[in-house]
Amino acid sequence: MLSAEIIYGLTGVGLFTLGLRATLLQASLLARILAINVCGAGVFLMFVSIAYQGLAQMQVPDPVPHALVLTGIVVAVSATALALALGRRLRESKDE
Amino acid sequence: MSLSNSLPLLILLSSLLPGLAIFLLREESFRLRTALNLFGASVKLILVGVMIWGVFHEQVYETRWTLAPGLDLVLHADALSVLFVSLSTLLWLVTTVYAIGYLEDSPHRSRFFGFFSLCVTATVGLALAGNLFTFVVFYEFLTLATYPLVAHKGTPEAIRGARIYLAYTLAGGMALLIGAVWLRTLAGPLDFVQGGILGGMDHLDPWTLRWIFLLLIVGLGVKAALVPLHGWLPQAMVAPAPVSALLHAVAVVKAGAFGIVRVVYDVYGVEFAASLGVLALLGAAAAVTIIYGSVKALSQDNLKKRLAYSTVSQVSYIALGTAILGPLATVGGMVHLVHQGVMKITLFFAAGNYAEALGVHRVSEMDGVGRRMPGTTLAFTIGALGMIGIPPVAGFVSKWYLGLGAAESGAALWVLPVLVGSSLLNAAYFLPILYRAWFGQPPAKWPGGHTHAGRWEINQALLWPPLLTAGLALAAGLFAAAPYSPLEWARLIAEREYSL
Amino acid sequence: MNNLLALPVVLPLLGSLLALVWPRRADWAGLGASVAAFVAAGHIGAEVMRNATLELAVGGWAPGLGIALRADGLSASLLLMSTLVALAAGLYATTYFAEAQKRADFWPLWLLMITALHALLLSGDLFNIYVTLELLGLAAVALAALGGSRAALQAAVRYLTVGLLGSLAFLTGVGLIYAGYGTLDMVMLAGRVDAEPATWVALALMTAGLLIKSALFPMHFWLPSAHANAPAPVSAALSALVVKAAFYLVLRLWLDVFDVALSQASAGLLGLLGASAVIWGSWQAYRAERLKLLAAYSTVAQIGYLFLFIPVLLATEPGEARDLLFGALVLFALTHGFSKSAFFLGAGVILHRAGHDRIAELGGTARALPVTTFVLALAGIALIGLPPSGTFLAKWQLMTSAIAAGQWLWIPVIAIGTLLAGAYVFRVLGHAFGPGEGVGPSLAWARAELPALLLALVATAVLGLGAAQVWTMVVPGSNAEGVSL
Repeated sequence: MLSAEIIYGLTGVGLFTLGLRATLLQASLLARILAINVCGAGVFLMFVSIAYQGLAQMQVPDPVPHALVLTGIVVAVSATALALALGRRLRESKDE
Repeated sequence: MSLSNSLPLLILLSSLLPGLAIFLLREESFRLRTALNLFGASVKLILVGVMIWGVFHEQVYETRWTLAPGLDLVLHADALSVLFVSLSTLLWLVTTVYAIGYLEDSPHRSRFFGFFSLCVTATVGLALAGNLFTFVVFYEFLTLATYPLVAHKGTPEAIRGARIYLAYTLAGGMALLIGAVWLRTLAGPLDFVQGGILGGMDHLDPWTLRWIFLLLIVGLGVKAALVPLHGWLPQAMVAPAPVSALLHAVAVVKAGAFGIVRVVYDVYGVEFAASLGVLALLGAAAAVTIIYGSVKALSQDNLKKRLAYSTVSQVSYIALGTAILGPLATVGGMVHLVHQGVMKITLFFAAGNYAEALGVHRVSEMDGVGRRMPGTTLAFTIGALGMIGIPPVAGFVSKWYLGLGAAESGAALWVLPVLVGSSLLNAAYFLPILYRAWFGQPPAKWPGGHTHAGRWEINQALLWPPLLTAGLALAAGLFAAAPYSPLEWARLIAEREYSL
Repeated sequence: MNNLLALPVVLPLLGSLLALVWPRRADWAGLGASVAAFVAAGHIGAEVMRNATLELAVGGWAPGLGIALRADGLSASLLLMSTLVALAAGLYATTYFAEAQKRADFWPLWLLMITALHALLLSGDLFNIYVTLELLGLAAVALAALGGSRAALQAAVRYLTVGLLGSLAFLTGVGLIYAGYGTLDMVMLAGRVDAEPATWVALALMTAGLLIKSALFPMHFWLPSAHANAPAPVSAALSALVVKAAFYLVLRLWLDVFDVALSQASAGLLGLLGASAVIWGSWQAYRAERLKLLAAYSTVAQIGYLFLFIPVLLATEPGEARDLLFGALVLFALTHGFSKSAFFLGAGVILHRAGHDRIAELGGTARALPVTTFVLALAGIALIGLPPSGTFLAKWQLMTSAIAAGQWLWIPVIAIGTLLAGAYVFRVLGHAFGPGEGVGPSLAWARAELPALLLALVATAVLGLGAAQVWTMVVPGSNAEGVSL
C-alpha cells in the first residue's frame, strides 16, 4: 500500500514534469507563467513529503521543510508578480 | 635597492614611463614631447653604458618579480642581452630623432610616440628576459605595441597590413606559448643559462624535445620572417618609414632572431641541440629563407618592398650562424644581429627620405637621386655595399665569420655556396639601384614630396640619422678588432657559450 | 569582529531602502552604500588573508537551524571584485542615465541585486543560497528590462522564465539533499556526503539549474539578448558578476561539498561543454555586428574557460599543484569580471556618443574617444589573454596543469579560443583606428570614461603584476613565496 509521503512525492514529481513540459512548449507568456507556478507547486509538494521523515524519527513532522516551503512560496509569488508586470509592459509596447 | 638588482628595471622604465607620459600629452605640446623622448632615450643610453661596463667586468644585474607562484618575471643582463640592448637603445635614439623630423605636422603624434616608446620597452624587455616565461611575456607585448604603429596611418591598406601582421604574430605567439608551457612542465623554470639547461636532463624524451623545439622555432620564426612564415613582413610596409626602420632593424624581426639564438644556446644548448638533430632543420630553413628572400627582392620595383625582402633574407644569417655548431659561426651570427640592424636602418631611413623629399617610392623612379640628395644617397650606398658584403663595411665581417665557421665545422660546407649565391643576389638587386642613383639622368620633375627650402637637401633631423648609422656600419667594419666593438663582444659571447 | 561579514549585505540593502524612500538623493545613497560596501569587503579580504576563514552565525543561532555566513579566500576575492565593479559601474550609471527619474528607478534595484549577490557569496547554507539566487535573478531581470525597449523586455522575459526553471531545478536538488542528509549547511554536508544515487540525482539537478544560470553552452541561448539589450552599467554587472555567481556555486558544490561523490567522467562532461562554449562563443563574438552583442558572446566563451578548469582541477592531486591551479581559476574569474565590465562601460560610452554600436561604423573612434578606445584595447587584451593581464597567467597555469594531467584536448581549445578572441577584439580596434566620423567630433576627456578606465587597468595592470596576491588570498595559510613548483 502506498504511504502518504510517497503519494505526495510522486504527485510532486508529476506536477513538476507537467509544468516543465508546458513551460517549454507554451507560446503564450501567461500560460508559461502559470506553468512555472505548477512546476513550483510540484517542488513544494516534494518538500512536504520530505517532512514526513520527521514523523518516523521524532513523532512530529520535520518543521524545517515547512519553513522552506513558506519561504519558497513567497519567492514564487514575487517572481510571478515580476513576470506579470513585464508581460504587461510588453503588451503596452506592442500597442504603441 | 642596489644597482645590481634595479639596473635592468631602470633600463626598462626609462622608455616605459616617458611613453606613458606621452600618451597623456596634448597633440600641440611638441617641445615637451620631444624633450621627454630625447630624455628617455639619453637616460637609457647612459644606463646601458653602465651595464656594458658591468657585464664586461662580470657584474651580475638581475631584477626579479614574482607574478604567480613559480612564475617569476626575470630581467637579467648577460653578454648576449647587452649586445641586443645596446643595439636597440642606440638605434632607438637615432630613430626617435628621425621620427620627430619625419612626422612634423602629421596628426596623432602623441599616440605614435607613445607606442613607439612601448615598442622599444618591449624590445629591451626581450633582450633582458632572464627566462623563457619572461621572454614570452615581452614577445606578446611587442606584438601589441607594434600593431598601432603599423596601423598608424589609418588607411584601409594600413589597417589591412596591421591585421595580417597581427594574425601571423598572434598565431606564432600561441605556438611559442604552448612550446614554452610544455617545456616548463618537463624541465622547471627555464632560466636562461649559458650552455643550455636541457643537456643535463637525461630523463627527457628526445622526441618530445624535438617537437617542443619545432613549436618554439615556429613561434619565433614568424617574427624572424623564416620562410614560409614571412608573409606579414612585406604587408607591414604600409607603416610610416621610421616604424619600418625600427621593425626591420631592431624590434620585431630581430626579436624573433634573438629568440632563436636564446632557445638554441641558452635553453637547449648548442651541442645538445646539434645532437638532437634539430639544428640541421633550422639551418635548412635559414638557407631556404636566405635564397628565397633575395630572389623575391630582385623582382620588386617598390623600394621599401625590395628592402623588406632583403630583410627576410638577411635576418636569416643570424639563424644560420646559430644553426652551425662551432664558435666562429656563432660569432658570425651574433655580430650580424648588430650589423644587419645598423645597415638596414640606414637603408630604410634613406628610403623614407626619398619618399618624403622627392615622392620617390619605386626603384624605377630613382634615376639621378644621388645628385639631388647626395648625403642620403651616400648613406644608402654604404648600407647597400655592406649588405652585399663588400669590405670594409660591417656586413663583410659577418659573412666572413659565417664562412669561416662553416669551413671550420666541416659538416656545414654546404653553407658556403649559399653565402656566395646570396651575396651575388644581393649585388644583383642593390647595384642597379646604386647605378641609377649616381649615374642616372634626373627627371625634369620629381613625382612629388615636400620641397624643402633650405641649405640642406632635406630637413636636418632626417639627414643626420642615416649618415650617422652609415658611419656606424662603416666603423663596425673598419674597427672590428677594437675593444667593445660588436665583433669583440660577439667573441666574448662565443667564449662564454663554449666555455673557451 | 566577525560581524564585519554582515556589512556587505546590510549596507547595500540599507542604501537600497534609502534610495527608494528618498529618490531625489538616490545617487548619494547609492554611491555612499557602494563605497561603504567596498571598504567592508576590503576589510574582509584583509582578515581572510590573515585568518583564512571567517564565520558568523546570524542572530546567534547555530548553523543547522540558523543561518551561517562564511568567507574564505574564494568568496572574499569575488566579494572584493563585486564591490569594486559595482562601484565603478554605479559611478558610470550616474552619467549614463541622464534623467533623475531613471536614476531613481535604477538605484534601488541595483543595490538590491548587489545585496543578493553578496549574500549569495557569503551564505554557508544551501537554502539561503536558493533564496539569494532567486533574489539575484529577479533583481537582474528587472534591471535588464530597465531600458524599456521592446527587445529588452522580450529578452528580460526570457531571462526570467529560464532563470526560474533553473532555480526550481536547484531547489529540487536542495530538497533531495535535505531528505538524504538532514542538513543544508555546506560545511556539515561536506562531512556527511556519500557517493550514492540519490546524491548524484540531487547534485545533477542543482548543477543543471546552475548551468542554466551561468549560461554554459548550450544553455547560453538566453544570455546574448539579455546582456546586449540591457543598459550599459547593467550589462557590465550581469556579465561580470551575475553569471559568475552561478559558476561560484558550481565550484563550491563540486570542490568543497560533493567532491567525494564525483567522477572524472562527469567533470570531463563539464569540460567538454566548456570547450564548446569557448569555440562557439568566440566564433559568434567574431561574427557579431554590434559591440554589445560581441561582448555578450565573449562572456559565453569566457564562462567556458572557467568550466575547462574543473576537469583539470579534479584530475590534479590535492596539494600544491592543485592550489596553484585553483588560484589561477580565481584569477581568471576576477580578470574577466573587471575586463568585461570595462568593455561594457566603454561600449556604453560609444553607444551614447554615436547613437549606435555597429562595429562596422566605428571608424574615427580612436580619434574622437581616445580614452575609451584605450579601454577597449586594455579590456580586449585581458579577454584574449595576452600579457600583462591576469588572464595570461591564468591560462599559462591552466595549460601547465592540463599538460601535467595528460588532458591534451584542452590545449588546442585554448589556442583556438585565444586566437578567435584576438580576431574579435582586433576587429573592433581595426574599425576604431580606421577613418570615419562614426562617433562624431573629438571631445575633451569625459567623466564618463573614467570608471571604465579604472576597471580596465585593474584587469590588465593590477591583476597582472600583482597576481601573486590572489594566491595568497585563496590558498589557505600560505603566501606566494611559500608555494613554488
